[in-house]
Amino acid sequence: MVFDLEVVARYLPFLLQGVGITVEFTLIAFSAGSILGLLLALARISKNPIFHYPAVAYIDFVRGTPLLAQIYLIHFGLPQIFGYTPVGYIDALLALTLNSTAYIAEIMRAGIESIDRGQMEAARSLGMTYVQSMRYVILPQALRRVVPPMGNEFIALLKESSLVSVIGMEDLMMRSRMMAGRSFRPFEAYFTAALIYLALTLTFSRILGWGERRLGKSAQG
Amino acid sequence: MLKVKDLHKKFGDLHVLKGVSLEVSKGEVVVIIGPSGSGKSTFLRCINHLEKPTSGHIFIDGVDLEDPATNINVIRERVGMVFQQFNLFPHLTALENVSLAPEKVLKVPRAQARERAKALLSKVGLSDKCDSYPDQLSGGQKQRVAIARALAMQPKLMLFDEPTSALDPEMIGEVLAVMRKLAEEGMTMVVVSHEMGFAREVADRVLLMADGVFVEEGPPREFFTNPKHERTKAFLSKIL
Ligand SMILES: Nc1ncnc2c1ncn2[C@@H]1O[C@H](COP(=O)(O)OP(=O)(O)O)[C@@H](O)[C@H]1O
Ligand SMILES: [Mg+2]
Repeated sequence: MVFDLEVVARYLPFLLQGVGITVEFTLIAFSAGSILGLLLALARISKNPIFHYPAVAYIDFVRGTPLLAQIYLIHFGLPQIFGYTPVGYIDALLALTLNSTAYIAEIMRAGIESIDRGQMEAARSLGMTYVQSMRYVILPQALRRVVPPMGNEFIALLKESSLVSVIGMEDLMMRSRMMAGRSFRPFEAYFTAALIYLALTLTFSRILGWGERRLGKSAQG
Repeated sequence: MLKVKDLHKKFGDLHVLKGVSLEVSKGEVVVIIGPSGSGKSTFLRCINHLEKPTSGHIFIDGVDLEDPATNINVIRERVGMVFQQFNLFPHLTALENVSLAPEKVLKVPRAQARERAKALLSKVGLSDKCDSYPDQLSGGQKQRVAIARALAMQPKLMLFDEPTSALDPEMIGEVLAVMRKLAEEGMTMVVVSHEMGFAREVADRVLLMADGVFVEEGPPREFFTNPKHERTKAFLSKIL
């Protein structure tokens, strides 16, 4: 039994076409999840129970259940209840976004809560409203602090996105499964896919690390 | 200018302020001293509602802070506060620290807010530090920026909570000098501080707070040389 490089070479273009979808899903879900996650974090921090408790419930539910279950729920569960025809692409994006929103919300919350409470007090004592204080004083500091954990979340999301293959998205994972089936060489297929994922995560880690260092230089404390 | 009537503050079961009253007229400088934990910071923080009083009334320029119709942000614009730990905004330069609130709260145009900030920084002797970040400033410089930041809102009343306690001894003088100048210009000030020299020279009145009440008050000369209450005597003997 030898590793069949010829098969890998033959299917590589086919696999690489899936990389586009993987990266696309990751980027979109991460961007949307960042904005929604920030809002969710603010809701969770809020003392107003109308915002606070739903935010807590949402975050706990999403973080306490498997992404796979969430994908099935959205793709198969909701259409049954509401009687519509599911669209895999939308459901996959929705599941990834809703999922990353919860994790990002917790990252943002930790970042905001790590800012000394004297900062909010100083801002409020100058007559700024809560929203102004958040926007001009707390968030600029908190967002700098969350860059490293956000980088980790991005990498995690990139890997987790492979789950959307279960509802037929032709991402890298799905295409490696197709390659395994067609070539009868599952080891070559999945090993190559794994290496491509590794290359992606390493590349993005590098880019993120570089961005972090630049931000660290420009950010004075 | 400032009138506090029978102010109480509880944190859960902890009764911190037990009926505090104080009147400060325009241009007056009041220094509050007292043992740690006696409620001095809580008192100052109630005055601009960083803490909500449990009961009692606070009037600033005749406006009742406890009245639900009072916009607390408008009151805070008129009451400047300087903290023991400076609480400068670390992501902004000294100049931006000073110009931020006028720009965002008073909607002063940016260029004009910056001009004013520059003037205020030079007033506290820091015209060469406009572009420095708080990290690059000494403690005394930070506190002077914090004073300029509070002044930028053109407050009618300034609250100082132990403004020199976190400073190295050699930097205390520069901060007190700024405060003294402010007092001379007629600013109304309530200062929590154990700098006796400052209290003697600048204060119109000194008060001792102990266990959440004002125990004694008087003009500094009398207060320091001829205290009436045992608690005042005991406290003064400890710090003088
Ligand atoms: N936010 C708070 N929650 C609970 N207790 C507090 C809070 N702030 C102050 N205290 C308590 O109130 C008392 C008075 O504190 P403080 O006003 O800071 O005293 P001082 O400034 O005179 O040292 C202390 O016992 C302190 O622990
Ligand atoms: Mg104190």
